[in-house]
Amino acid sequence: MRMTITEKILAKSSKRTSVIPGENVWLDVDVLMTHDVCGPPTIAIWKKEFGEKAKIWDKEKLVIFPDHYIFTKNSHANRNVDILRQFASEYDLPNYYDVGTERYKGVCHIALAEEGYNVPGTVLFGTDSHTCTSGAFGMFATGVGNTDAAFILGTGKIWEKIPESMKFTFYGKMPGYLTAKDLILQILGDIGTDGATYRAMEFDGEAVNSLSMYERMTLTNMAIEAGGMNGIIAVDETTKNYLGDIGVDEYDEFKSDDDAVYHSKYSYDVSKIEPLVAKPHSPDNRDTVRNVEGTKLTKCYIGSCTGGKITDFRYAAEILLGNEVKVTTFVVPASTAVAKQLEEETIKGFSLKNIFENAGCILAESSCAACLGGPSDTIGRSVEGDVVISTTNRNFPGRMGSKSSQVYLASPLTVAASAIRGVITDPRELL
Amino acid sequence: MEKKIIGKAYVLGDNIDTDQIIPAEHLVYSTNDPEELKKYGHYALSSVPVEKAGLPDGGIPFIKGDDHKSEYSIVIGGTNFGCGSSREHAPLSLQVAGVKVVIAQSYARIFYRNSVDGGFVIPYESQLKLNDKIKTGDQVELNVEENRLTNHTDGKIYQLNPLGDVFEIVAAGGLFEFARTSGMI
Ligand code: SF4
Repeated sequence: MRMTITEKILAKSSKRTSVIPGENVWLDVDVLMTHDVCGPPTIAIWKKEFGEKAKIWDKEKLVIFPDHYIFTKNSHANRNVDILRQFASEYDLPNYYDVGTERYKGVCHIALAEEGYNVPGTVLFGTDSHTCTSGAFGMFATGVGNTDAAFILGTGKIWEKIPESMKFTFYGKMPGYLTAKDLILQILGDIGTDGATYRAMEFDGEAVNSLSMYERMTLTNMAIEAGGMNGIIAVDETTKNYLGDIGVDEYDEFKSDDDAVYHSKYSYDVSKIEPLVAKPHSPDNRDTVRNVEGTKLTKCYIGSCTGGKITDFRYAAEILLGNEVKVTTFVVPASTAVAKQLEEETIKGFSLKNIFENAGCILAESSCAACLGGPSDTIGRSVEGDVVISTTNRNFPGRMGSKSSQVYLASPLTVAASAIRGVITDPRELL
Repeated sequence: MEKKIIGKAYVLGDNIDTDQIIPAEHLVYSTNDPEELKKYGHYALSSVPVEKAGLPDGGIPFIKGDDHKSEYSIVIGGTNFGCGSSREHAPLSLQVAGVKVVIAQSYARIFYRNSVDGGFVIPYESQLKLNDKIKTGDQVELNVEENRLTNHTDGKIYQLNPLGDVFEIVAAGGLFEFARTSGMI
């Protein structure tokens, strides 16, 4: 039967020869990921529901990254990390990445990729809506709540409704002023924050294939911003090279059949797309940077699982080299590996870290930081009256802190250009 | 599962995301300590912008003062209710605040699943957009067997979509209860 890539993976995971959108199936889960915000309640539900005989279905398949509320004095937040630490030691978990140790990684979705948990053809569930990020590796990945995660923790299984698929094809060669962020903001403006609810979003086309794995992860990361169940990009040479470099070389490659059935298909010519923003207070409130140019800013933020990867900092550094920022600008590497790369990679003899420091940016340690506001002492948190431009993925009221702040979402190029001018600026003026 | 749910309606706009339902900064409280759990009720819907809190007029607090229970037990939303993060604390906080049912035209997937699998609130889909027909404070009654909502304040009756596939999980009271009764665990 003709199937999309998502349908093929879910058929394999439910041990069927084929699946049809709309039917509910029980899936075998390959990896369960959790973090400090949803891990403790997940563990509590698991203990309560399975009682004395509570057993982890497969310790090797459980991955825990404390990453959300890490560098804070908030005692409740610290207690959550303590609960994870204790759980990991009690059950002798192999895949726990503790804060304050060499193993600490930073934001879960990026760490999953770096540590080799993203394996094509597999099924990954996480207690975080941006778990869809991992779909960039030709796998099925989606977010669930604590009850579902507790159920997986004890059984390795979960029900899921087979999603219909939507296809987004980007033709042409990516212009230097565009990034994956602009592509996904384009889609969000077209289909809205519920345009893909309960559906799979499949990305392909020459422009998508030309993107690095990290840029692809920006596309799949924001599938949830359209309500998507998962985002997915089929394996190609770029995927294989990335995986080969980190020692992952056994996996199943699935591709959509040419005559697979889609809910809808969208195609774009990237040469016609302009640098874009999402205006307050929704990721689908798209406009061109040109239309909002000159908007006065109080903060700029480059970070998160969407916009704090090494590729995002390369883009930002390209613009910030030799310039100074006019407004407070935060640089928050998504992972400790990215932070290390900022020190090692250079442009014209300057490390990326030096470029940011010389431009007057504030560098923070790897974590989710102000992407989701966080406790009151979180670095970069927005305050009343703030107008922020950010490389993150959500600008709902209060998402980055104060509900009276205004947050614009944009590409790292646009954020860096805006930081230099202190007002929203089209990166084409500085490239 | 109760057959009839009667209560006062609290009406919200479209795209109510999980940050508005329970702001991220409050996710630090323990969900199994009864005292701390109350905080989730206290902060439920606390990030909804004031002018959109309690439509059509707005400016109606969902929770009064230091309370953790709301006088409203039925939340009426529009499209895409519960979009945003995966935090199960969102339907949990509504439950702690005393909400029994949410009625919206459509839901974001994770919020919907969490409501059903965790047995927190029953997420009903309305056929019509009801958040411009029902007013905050209206006395409404849900007939669960007949999927029908009656607004006693103006006498109007609305049909809701049946719960469909998830009915058994909702009726059991959540995924674990469902799995136990069906012999899965
Ligand atoms: S960086 Fe932001 S979006 Fe990503 S996992 Fe952390 S809080 Fe969520």
